[in-house]
Amino acid sequence: MARTLSMKDAINEALDQEMGRDPTVVVLGEDIVGGTGSPGEDDAWGGAMGVTKGLIHKHPGQLIDTPLSESAYIGAAIGAATCGLRPVAELMFVDFMGVCLDQIFNQAAKFRYMFGGKAETPVVIRATCGAGFRAAAQHSQMLTPIFTHIPGLKVVCPSNAYDTKGLLIQSIRDNDPVIFLEHKNLYDRETDVPEESYAIPFGEASIAREGTDVTIVTYGMMVPYSLEASETLKREGIDVEVIDLRTLSPIDLDTVFESVEMTGRLVCVDEANPRCSIASDVAAAVAQEAFGSLKGPVAMVTAPHAPVPFSSALEDLYIPSPERIADGVRQTMGERSS
Amino acid sequence: MNNPFPLSREGLLTAYRRMRTIREFEERLHVEFATGDIAGFVHLYAGEEAAGVGIMMHLEDHDRIASTHRGHGHCIAKGVDVKAMMAEIYGKATGACAGKGGSMHIADLSRGMMGANGILGAGAPLICGAGLAAQKLGHDGVGITFFGDGASNQGTVLESMNLAAIWNLPVIFVVENNGYAESTSVDYAVASDSYVDRAAGFGMPGITVDGTDFFAVYEAAGEVIRRAREGGGPSLLECKMIRFYGHFEGDAQTYRAPGENEANRQHRDCLKIFTGKILEAGVVETGELAVIDSEVADLIEDALEGAKAAPLPSAAELTTDVYVTY
Ligand SMILES: Cc1ncc(C[n+]2csc(CCOP(=O)(O)OP(=O)(O)O)c2C)c(N)n1
Ligand SMILES: [Mg+2]
Repeated sequence: MARTLSMKDAINEALDQEMGRDPTVVVLGEDIVGGTGSPGEDDAWGGAMGVTKGLIHKHPGQLIDTPLSESAYIGAAIGAATCGLRPVAELMFVDFMGVCLDQIFNQAAKFRYMFGGKAETPVVIRATCGAGFRAAAQHSQMLTPIFTHIPGLKVVCPSNAYDTKGLLIQSIRDNDPVIFLEHKNLYDRETDVPEESYAIPFGEASIAREGTDVTIVTYGMMVPYSLEASETLKREGIDVEVIDLRTLSPIDLDTVFESVEMTGRLVCVDEANPRCSIASDVAAAVAQEAFGSLKGPVAMVTAPHAPVPFSSALEDLYIPSPERIADGVRQTMGERSS
Repeated sequence: MNNPFPLSREGLLTAYRRMRTIREFEERLHVEFATGDIAGFVHLYAGEEAAGVGIMMHLEDHDRIASTHRGHGHCIAKGVDVKAMMAEIYGKATGACAGKGGSMHIADLSRGMMGANGILGAGAPLICGAGLAAQKLGHDGVGITFFGDGASNQGTVLESMNLAAIWNLPVIFVVENNGYAESTSVDYAVASDSYVDRAAGFGMPGITVDGTDFFAVYEAAGEVIRRAREGGGPSLLECKMIRFYGHFEGDAQTYRAPGENEANRQHRDCLKIFTGKILEAGVVETGELAVIDSEVADLIEDALEGAKAAPLPSAAELTTDVYVTY
């Protein structure tokens, strides 16, 4: 049965159901329970954003609070994944990956290949990502391109609660290391979410809006923004198709090519910085494989090549807005932007 | 008149003014944050003033500090302009970092303040760099890195302790142990009962002091800083202290024992302990402190008004200062 659930609660439910189904699923991270060793309430935090709240009472022994030692506990999750557990490790903010990146990109990502196909590393590393929280340069990045660049990692960045539940369940059951990125400004947005457990396969984009004039390819927070831009453009007589990639590695380029072959126009929208981004990756793939269908140059709407600023005045300019996305579409339609 | 303290009367009044300024700054932020006018993450140093000030009383501008996410107190104690700090927290163009950094990234390199930091443990390697630079440039500056009980478990901190020891760097590792990392207790998260033992493992001296006692911090800091200046190498200083507020503004603090905050305020307020001592000894008078109190209140009020009235950064600032040249 479907009811509406926020993205936050969808994550909680996916973890709950998977821990219940499989006792080898363990969830670990900083303050994911909270209050450990402290005199007050147990389960005092449930993670920095309250996502794992309440789970300790249902699955005692399957949730572990860690010290502030990302290198050690992310690495331990990876090691345990090669030894029979299915850990879901939480990195409070993806920006902290700098502290533990070796364990992710030199260890987890490479075991299978380096060991001649003998290793499996079924670990999920969940982290919040994205700007819009006034959290400044070290707590607001996307960094999706960095993980996507690395062979051996799977990278997921959902745009809504329904996909989040299905993709997280798939991530936990998947036998490869998965980086699961949750945009913090999507946490409270609700969609219909079935109560029963379901998995959404990787590498299948979804068409968030059908249209015939222009294709927008995007993911994460930029999906609702692109849909908003599409409504504005509809009033101008421009019919936009919005493709939500959902997983960045593997990436579903076939759906992108099909759409571009129909519309002949492409706008790549990415909240990450523009150089070597998901936007530039998709633009390059279309230039290689569907160049003949393009009626004009590809447009990219991204963050600037700059760190995320603190001041609201600057952060609002930093994040690609529905207005800037609409301008990008108008540009590909050969119109002057407003 | 007999002064039993290791600071002159003027020194005592300066220390008081600094602690009072931090307290007032943080108490006002607590109130202003609740109005919704301040964005982002704000971590208050209220209750911990004696540690930052007790250490910083020994430092000059060519001494460097690397701070934490809870950095306002370190900034004020190191002489960063309070008005520029406030404007930064409000994201204004007149802020210490032009509004680009916010509470967690206030820096003023001209005062030797190398930055608050959003990444736990990130200051420790950087301060080894400050120590290395002092050594190579041949000046007597020291570097102090602050980190909490929680951040003391970062690999960077432990690697840096080893590095500082083998290079005999003029560096002090200050553990600000307030018992909690967010909601998690130090008793759970830190394996050793003693940071002094941890220091010994790296072959460096370690001292634990009551961080609510300004004089205990001041004396211990004086000793380790003098040793570092004279080429005697790194030390660790643990200050056991109290955080008056939540981890960040908005924290419900259900992990605390009932009545814990009230008891702390009553019995372990470092500012009350300090004033109690200096008044009892008769070295300063209540009236002198009251004058400072009202000057500090005016300063913070001015800083707040100024911050609220200041302009936001202009759109062009979005992509300036990414590089020196490009
Ligand atoms: C590398 C890294 N991991 C996690 C965090 C999130 N975080 C910010 S402050 C904090 C708790 C720090 O506790 P402690 O070091 O004891 O300092 P205190 O807040 O008590 O002053 C955590 C987990 C972070 N900023 N950086
Ligand atoms: Mg602490």
